[in-house]
This record gives sequence, structure tokens and C-alpha cells, in this order.
Amino acid sequence: MEKRALIAMSGGVDSSVAAFLLKQQGYDCIGCTMKLYNNEDIGVKSRTCCSLNDVNDARSVAYKLNMKYYVLNFSADFKDKVIDKFVKSYESGRTPNPCIDCNKYMKFEKLYNMAQNLECNYIVTGHYARIEKINDKYYLKKAVDDTKDQSYVLYNLTQEQLAHTLFPLGSLHKTKIRDIAKENGFINADKPDSQDICFVPDGNYVKAIEKFSENKIKEGSFIDKNGKVIGKHKGIVYYTIGQRRGLGCFQKHVYVCNISAKDNTVMLGDQEDLYKKEFVVTDFNWILGVPPTENFSCSVKIRYKQKEHKADIEVLDDNKVKIVFNEPQKAITPGQSAVLYDGDIVLGGGTIAD
Amino acid sequence: MEKRNVYLDSSATTKVREEVLKEMLPYFTDIYGNASSVHTYGQQSKAALTKARETFAKLINAESPEEIIFTSCGTESDNIAIVGSLLANEGNHVITSKIEHHAVLFTCQNLAKKGYKADFISVDKTGRVNVEELKSKITDDTVIVSIMHANNEIGVIEPIEEISKVLKEINKTRNNKILLHTDAVQTAGKLKLDVQKLGVDLLSVSGHKFYGPKGIGALYIRKGTKIEPLFHGGHHEFGMKPGTENVAEIVGMTKALELANEEMEQESKKIFKLRNKLMNGIVEKIPEVVINTDIKYAVPSVLSVSFNYIEGESLLLMLDMAGIAASAGSACATGSAEPSHVLSAIGASPLAAQGTLRFSLGRYNTEEDIDYVLDVLPKLVERVRKMSPVWNKKAED
Repeated sequence: MEKRALIAMSGGVDSSVAAFLLKQQGYDCIGCTMKLYNNEDIGVKSRTCCSLNDVNDARSVAYKLNMKYYVLNFSADFKDKVIDKFVKSYESGRTPNPCIDCNKYMKFEKLYNMAQNLECNYIVTGHYARIEKINDKYYLKKAVDDTKDQSYVLYNLTQEQLAHTLFPLGSLHKTKIRDIAKENGFINADKPDSQDICFVPDGNYVKAIEKFSENKIKEGSFIDKNGKVIGKHKGIVYYTIGQRRGLGCFQKHVYVCNISAKDNTVMLGDQEDLYKKEFVVTDFNWILGVPPTENFSCSVKIRYKQKEHKADIEVLDDNKVKIVFNEPQKAITPGQSAVLYDGDIVLGGGTIAD
Repeated sequence: MEKRNVYLDSSATTKVREEVLKEMLPYFTDIYGNASSVHTYGQQSKAALTKARETFAKLINAESPEEIIFTSCGTESDNIAIVGSLLANEGNHVITSKIEHHAVLFTCQNLAKKGYKADFISVDKTGRVNVEELKSKITDDTVIVSIMHANNEIGVIEPIEEISKVLKEINKTRNNKILLHTDAVQTAGKLKLDVQKLGVDLLSVSGHKFYGPKGIGALYIRKGTKIEPLFHGGHHEFGMKPGTENVAEIVGMTKALELANEEMEQESKKIFKLRNKLMNGIVEKIPEVVINTDIKYAVPSVLSVSFNYIEGESLLLMLDMAGIAASAGSACATGSAEPSHVLSAIGASPLAAQGTLRFSLGRYNTEEDIDYVLDVLPKLVERVRKMSPVWNKKAED
């Protein structure tokens, strides 16, 4: 029997080409789009990922490729597991990355289950990353196109998920993707890449928090390193570690160095106060399923669009990992993810703790 | 059992019957004149249109053909009936039910937003409207009551005759008579429609629900009913639905209703038997199901079932993969996460409502179809439940 694949299609060019490639490889393909929210709920009328236009684009491509196509309504779970968590994270003084939760709970849990229900051998996404099987183990690797690599947001994948996941774009360059889309007359060949967080289409995440949260944003105090009040802040959700803009007038350049939800304070300091070597990561997922038995060294990436830096790794109990950079790094931000790399290979990752 | 294709979504739409298609074909190529034209071409079309209108009027026991206007669909008929009567009559109040099709529900909600008054009457657990509540909502400003003849999701038939009697009594002492409209989209071709017996002033029908073509509907408007058109641009359909008449489809829909009425008795019996076989099989083979269709009060073709601990969406897709076409609630509501307004109104628990499918049978379904569904469905339900944490937890307890 031919192998069956469930393709997660966002309506963008990447997942459309992923569908095309799988179809070419002879898979029995089913296309689907996850409906994650109602546009009215996030206050937009224009296009963002998962809007009705995107559904229409995805559908157009799926039918062009002669695939079955379904829209899956995951909006209730998306609200619970992604949006609410995003809001709570900001309200506790952290800076979350909701795309990581969306991958974990929506694509590789809800959608993955759906793929199993539909007796699909594989779930397919347009992510730029690679999966390689070596000696019965599945490895998650960076994409060949370094500028598009998305392995950072995929570190929660398990061995079982990796065994049933395909990333057909991982070994291709973006320019090639657009060429394939154009050659095949896909409606979205020239569609711009999606930016920002899909449910915060205008980038104004504070407005989004206000909309989704039951709590009112409370003003509070800027303090210095010694706890002295040096000004008034607009509410902790406005700030992220390392931020310099939008802080108001001070005699010198100041940076957000710490955010305390408990005291509702934002600590400001000098640039050098942002540099730290050591931190702990929680909810750690090891791609191979088990943590290494000994301490080791590798590269660590602490934000999506940043380079990795060398660090020593100590495995702690309770899915925690201690990371000590060789050189101090700027703005290690609670709520963001730290992902461990051995060259191209993702070893695992977790959430940076307070 | 060997895989087969089983269509159990006849409430969404049906295929065009061969006899109907045959009846329609000449009007695409041979008799194509504009029914408003003076010449022979036009007259041929006009003749067909006139005959269809006369036949259609008889089929629903209308007094005269002028009481029938042909529209583009059931939704259009509903809109003309409700909005058109509010525009034409004194008063600003519409009464409808909580379980109407969106064509009525959204229309009334929109009217409420635009400054009209709308009341939505609750239903009992079988889905039948509370006539006492309806009565209590009537005011001097009430213009129209719109209650569906049968519900599209659970199949329940509403007590239209009873409502009509109530309104007639009230109308005796009123200058501005309250109009009664019924959306009969789900009953045309399934129940004998008799506008006199029902006692309605307005009645909507859609062609594609009874083996006629899509894109054609009808609205019965009792003689003397004041109603304003929503579209302007011509004298067609007595000014109520301007635009060149779609003669082929009008002829097709009329033929389809004619055939359906002729065969209604035996078809109903057959479909009723199959639906009950499906229902009994489901209840027997699958634990934790709730039948939402009360067969005492429902059209014979519909069966709404809630499968506890399941997301209807998964099951719907899995059935599709197995060749079985059903629907989650109604086709129009797919893609919304909220439990259907109908299931909420009959008091279904939100958990059960999530896992609800509507099976709607039609004249082409066979015993073998139902056997196949009863073979496949229990396995699929079991498979989905196995993956549900809630179900597994329950199994442990």
C-alpha cells in the first residue's frame, strides 16, 4: 500500500511546496489547515497566518495537487495551550515564544493525533529543518539554508514524532522553493513570508495581552540595581530583558535587566549588567529521549535569530539543565528557549527559568 | 467488509435525479428564450415557467400560481420573507426560534442589530418550540413569526399548525395581522406540504434538497400578504425577485417535487426503516452514545448522534477516508468550534455536543450502505477514543 501523509498547510508558499514534493514522491497526501483562531477574536480583517484567505490559498494548492483537503478547527485548544500561556508568561515577567508551544501542542500533538486517526504514516510540515535516522535513532538537524533554519522551534520533538514526521524543505534553499511554486502556478508563489506572532498580526503584543487577559495592566516602578525607585513603568508586560527603547528619559543609556512580577518592578541598569554566564533551563526535552549521563560542552542558542555560543552543560533532576557559557552572554531572557546544538544536530532544549 | 462509498448527507444536498435532469436539459439549449421576451422563443420559455408555477402551486396546495415566486435558494426565500415583511408592515418585531437554520437565525440577529426587535424562542429537549413562550412574546409591534418546519440538524418537526391556530386567534382582534413564515427546506419532498393545512402565510423551499438542482428555491406568499422586495430591477416574479427567470432550474425543481410527492409514501417508509436500522445498530454496537433525534417527532431521514469523549471533527474525517459522507451538525456550521446552537438549545452537554454527527439518508441509500457504516463506525469510534485521555481515564475508573 502506498504511504499516506498528512500535510499541514498554512496557505503559505513553504507548506504548499512541501505538499507538492511529497506528492511527487508518490505519497497519498491529505492536506489540512489548522484553524487556530477567529480573525475577529484577534482583531484583524487583513491577512495573517490561518486567516480565511490562507485557508483559501491552501485549499487552492491542495486541489491543484489533487489532494483531499480539510480545515481542522483547533481554536479552543490554541486559546488554552498557546494564547493563554503566552499571556501568563508575560504577566509573570517572562518573554515567551508561542511558536514553540504551537509546534508542541498543536502541530505535534493535536495534528499528530489526527494524522494517526486518518491512518497516515507521516505528518508533513513546511519547516526548514532536517530529520536523519542513524542507527535506529532519529536526529533533528538544522536546515541546509542557514538563513531559514527553524530547528530552534522544534526542539520538543520526541523520537516517536520524529519517526513519523517529514520536513521536505530541510535540504532546499528558499529561492528554490519559490521557483517550484512559480513553476507550478501556485496562487501563493509570491506571498510574503509570515512575520511576527500569527495571533498578534500588528506586532502590538501588549494590545493582544490586554485583549486576552482578565487582569488589568498595572503601572509600577523602575528600580536600579540597589532597589532604589528611579521612575515609573507602564506595566511589566511592556518590557523584555535587554530592552533599551521606550524606557523614558534617563541621564545615560539604560537597559531592562530584570523584571519582577511579584513586586511589579522593572530593574534598569547598564549594558554590562545584562551579561551573564550561568542560567537554568526547565522542561527540557532531549531529542534522543534520554539525557546524556555526563556533563559535556556544546553550542547553545538562546533566541530564535541569534548565533549559538559555546557552553558547558550540566544535567539536573526534574528535566532541568544548567548552562554555563564560556563567555558572558547578553540578555538571557526567562521564557525564551535555550536550544543545544552539536554542530548541525539539535540535542534538545527547554525554557529559560527566572 | 469491502470499502464502498456511502452518502449519508442528504440534508446537505442531494444529487439531481435522472428524470429531473432530462426534464431540464431542453431549457439549456433548445428552449432558451428570455421568458420576458415577446417573440416565440420567449413565449416557449414563458409557457414552461407558467406551467411550472401552476404545478408547483398545486403541489403545496396554494390557492393560485401567483402565490409562488421562484428564488435562487432557500436562504434567499427566508430573507425575502422575513426582511420583506418587516419592511412592508407596521411594527418592528420578529419572533423566531433558537434552533433555526442560519438563514433565518442570522437574518433575525442582523435585524436586531439594525434596530428591529427579535425574540428567539426556546425549545424542549426534543427540539420543539415552546408555543406558550412564543405567545407570551407577541406585542403590538410583532410583524412576523418565523419557525422552521423541520430542523436541519436533528430533524425535529415543529408544531406549525398549532402555532398557526394560536396566531389566527390573536389576529382576530388585531389590525396588523401577524404573519407566519416557515422554512420548509428540510421537509419539502419529505413531508406533504400543504400551506392551507399548515396555515402559513409564507413558506420557503430549496430545490436541491429533494433531488432537484442547486441554485433554485421558491417562496410561497399567501395572497394579500404585504411584502416588499429586497431587490429591484424588474417585474419578474411579480417584482419580488427581479432578474431573468432560471427556467431550466425552475422546471427541474418542480419536476423533482412532483416526483417526490408521488413516491413519498413508499420512500419515507424505506428511509425510516434504514434510519432506524442505523440508529439501533449504533446504540447496540457503540457505548456512550446519545441519540439527539427523537424519532417520534422527526422527519424519517435524519439521525443526530453524539459520541461522548470524541471530537466530531476527527470522526467525520475518518469516515470520509472510509468513503462515508456524514456531517458534523449541519454542513453550514462546519469550521466553528462552538457547540451547535441547536444542540445547545436542546440542552445537550457541551462535551457530548462536540462529538456529534448528523447522518441524513436519502432515496439512494440501501441496506448494504447501513451495514457498511455499522461495520466501520464502531471501529473508528474505538480508535479515536483510545487516543482520548479523557476516555482512557474513564476506562481506568
